[in-house]
Amino acid sequence: MARAVSTRRKVFFTVLAWTVGLLIFFPILWTILTSFKSEGEAIMTPPHFLFFDWTLEGYHEVQARSNYFLYMMNSVWLSFGSTLLGLLVAVPAAWAMAFSPTKRTRGILLWMLSTKMLPAVGVLIPIYLIFQKLGLLDTRLGLIVVLFLINLPIIVWMLYTYFKEIPGEILEAARMDGANLRKEILYVLTPMAVPGIASTVLLNIILAWNEAFWTLNLTTHDAAPLTVFIASYSSPEGLFWAKLSAASTLAIAPILVLGWFSQKQLVRGLTFGAVK
Amino acid sequence: MSGIQLRNVAKRFGDAEVIPGIDLDIQDGEFVVFVGPSGCGKSTLLRLIAGLEDVSGGTISIGGKDVTDAAPARRGLAMVFQSYALYPHMSVAANIGFPLKMAGQSKAAIDQKVKAAAATLNLTDYLARKPRELSGGQRQRVAIGRAIVREPEGFLFDEPLSNLDAALRVNMRLELSELHAQLKTTMIYVTHDQVEAMTMADKIVVLNRGRVEQVGSPLDLYNHPDNLFVAGFIGSPKMNFIKGAYAKEHGAATVGFRPEHTTLSKESGAIKGVAGVSEHLGSDTFVHVKLEDGTQVTARCAGEMAVRHGDTVWLTPEDGRLHRFDEKGLAMREAAPKLRAAGSGL
Amino acid sequence: MATTNTQATARVMMAPSVIILLLWMIVPLAMTIYFSTLNYNLFNPAETPFIGFLNYEYFLTDPAFLTALTNTLILVLGVLAITVIGGILLALLLDQAMWGAGIVRLLVIAPFFVMPTVSALVWKNMMMNPVYGLIGQFTRALGLGTVDWLSQVPLLSIIIIVSWEWLPFAVLILLTALQSLSEDQKEAAEMDGAGFLSIFWYITLPHIARAITVVILIETIFLLSIFAEIYVTTGGGPGNATTNIPYLVYAQALLQFDVGGASAGGIVAVILANIVAFFLVRLVGKNLET
Repeated sequence: MARAVSTRRKVFFTVLAWTVGLLIFFPILWTILTSFKSEGEAIMTPPHFLFFDWTLEGYHEVQARSNYFLYMMNSVWLSFGSTLLGLLVAVPAAWAMAFSPTKRTRGILLWMLSTKMLPAVGVLIPIYLIFQKLGLLDTRLGLIVVLFLINLPIIVWMLYTYFKEIPGEILEAARMDGANLRKEILYVLTPMAVPGIASTVLLNIILAWNEAFWTLNLTTHDAAPLTVFIASYSSPEGLFWAKLSAASTLAIAPILVLGWFSQKQLVRGLTFGAVK
Repeated sequence: MSGIQLRNVAKRFGDAEVIPGIDLDIQDGEFVVFVGPSGCGKSTLLRLIAGLEDVSGGTISIGGKDVTDAAPARRGLAMVFQSYALYPHMSVAANIGFPLKMAGQSKAAIDQKVKAAAATLNLTDYLARKPRELSGGQRQRVAIGRAIVREPEGFLFDEPLSNLDAALRVNMRLELSELHAQLKTTMIYVTHDQVEAMTMADKIVVLNRGRVEQVGSPLDLYNHPDNLFVAGFIGSPKMNFIKGAYAKEHGAATVGFRPEHTTLSKESGAIKGVAGVSEHLGSDTFVHVKLEDGTQVTARCAGEMAVRHGDTVWLTPEDGRLHRFDEKGLAMREAAPKLRAAGSGL
Repeated sequence: MATTNTQATARVMMAPSVIILLLWMIVPLAMTIYFSTLNYNLFNPAETPFIGFLNYEYFLTDPAFLTALTNTLILVLGVLAITVIGGILLALLLDQAMWGAGIVRLLVIAPFFVMPTVSALVWKNMMMNPVYGLIGQFTRALGLGTVDWLSQVPLLSIIIIVSWEWLPFAVLILLTALQSLSEDQKEAAEMDGAGFLSIFWYITLPHIARAITVVILIETIFLLSIFAEIYVTTGGGPGNATTNIPYLVYAQALLQFDVGGASAGGIVAVILANIVAFFLVRLVGKNLET
């Protein structure tokens, strides 16, 4: 299998790939660098790449706007809350479909997938009006429910593809060994499914964290997550790039790290198991 | 004590009738093998007994108790699966001890029983390992250990040796027979391999398309097959079947004789044919012969037999080893009409 | 593999997901269809007379709709072209032997994890700003002058931003597909005398064809509803230059408070998405053995 690759060829591809990689990564790198500049330095022409006065001014200012913490907490609440809710509903469903499939299972799975394709604008108005009636606009609960609903099909699908890989015979063996349904799930299924569940959780936190249609339309302040906070910088007046960069860096850093860990699972989750 | 009785047990999947209705008695302590081609319903039957599938009709009782609707765990049976179905996240010790843990036994009791089981199965050195660190044969032993540790009323084996290589299969076959001799517990063993059935069983149940074709001891089936299916399925190489004039001479629609009960001669005999390929095994030679009507038959000759491809040969079935079958393929047991002089040909 | 007992349990366990999703899909959609037949404005919510298909007539004959539809198509097709072709090339590149392949891979996929509002703002300000933006400074330094991206070529700018976000997705999936191609097959083709291009054309491309289809379909689903990037960069402008259908519906509903018209637009968007969804569901379904 492994063939000797000529060093020249390897050097060539290494240089090329690193160049392209850094180019693609550059906007993120630049944002991170800018977040350590002063506002004046941030809009310097020509720009300084590395040799500037590194400062935490931007971060202090973001911190000083005391409500930054609120947005951050909202993001955490929304992404963790909706994912947890999703797991509670999806684990039993995926379990049932993977281990006790019927003639309708396939149809139900595909139908769930199709709900994911319903464009949000198609239901924006009723949801907005219903939320208005129920007093759910700009509440964490309302947003958690919406994010839970839009990601539920993905959670079910991902769990389903992971559960499918656990051989049914093992669960039958547990049944023969005297485990009841509760013990079967507790001692056998769950430990075997933990990696799959973890990946599902990871992907859904990422998706919920970055969701920017419903959060922009259904929140203003109280329940607004970081997506909305960042969007508030879009007003044309004033150039607060260092501050913007600091806020952006804080907003994307945790998810970037999570995302890097979950690349493989991401492929599977986002393609509904069509590419593994 | 713990015999197993099936009464008119049936299984349907939707419209498909897998098992139309089976009656079967398994005595306490018997080693019973269900054998048949793939899709004959033997695994389904085993799973019905295990309680992993619901019966569509009929009753199952174990040790005199009706367990038709009982959950798998309540039937007192242990099962060894084809894939072994070991719990990948548990150590060997935890795997073997799992049924005991489910039964709520104390840690000390579990520990002691696991050690005892591991000792009988030569697994003592591997107790701390995970299943993926074991060889196929070792995994098989762990699966068996998990089954014996709870001292069940009966063991169910679902093609347990099919994932092992040939040499290991022979070893495990012996080990399982040895285990049965020690434990004297009822065992039901499913396989598609008639050699496993012949070598291990006290009683063989031959299944075909969901029906029991014949039940009997290995030699019973070998010597007195009830029908063409059993005659063809049991024994290797397969029994030779001849229709037409030669069969009519014996008053049957089909006659059968085993390759090992066939004498081959280059000069004269009952049936004439042309030799094809010869397979030399050293101890024996299998000569494949094509008869004049195109039927392929095999003769098993002791030692080395020098027959060349294309030679004309004569075959003669051994006296009293000829099996006769009627139009429906059922065995004709009454005395055969007197044989005419040999050498009449076809 | 199941007994009736477990089947009954299975139904109970599936019920919540199915019922919740059914409600989520049916109720708002029915309401949207209902609203789309009313003259319903939030300025005058007391009176909502039934007007049949008039909303659809207004919406579909509104020149803004045609612009939005064109913009939507250009946006989707433009981003697809860039990400699929770029994705194949990059996946091929990352599949080569090199030093630090893992790190390069991380760098390339990073943009996918950046929240849309952040990437839109970073591009709008620090990259595309005509005075201080890096692109402008770079082209000026080369003596090429400056383009005011978001005013002069607004739709192209949006396409660039969105492509940057979605290129990693294409690379990740195509690379995964590429890496499942057995070395044996390539070696067999080499033994048969195939060169690099022939191998790509006859072996590699057919092997990743499925993955490419998946990328196209899934991206299309998401690209049809691009919103945040437009919302924070151009607000649909200048004029209607970057208004796509989701943004048009949003503007109609939450800026002009025309619930009836927006609902009609929403239904149009649903129909458009369904055409794509039809193919995607069939493709995924084919791969699904239950």
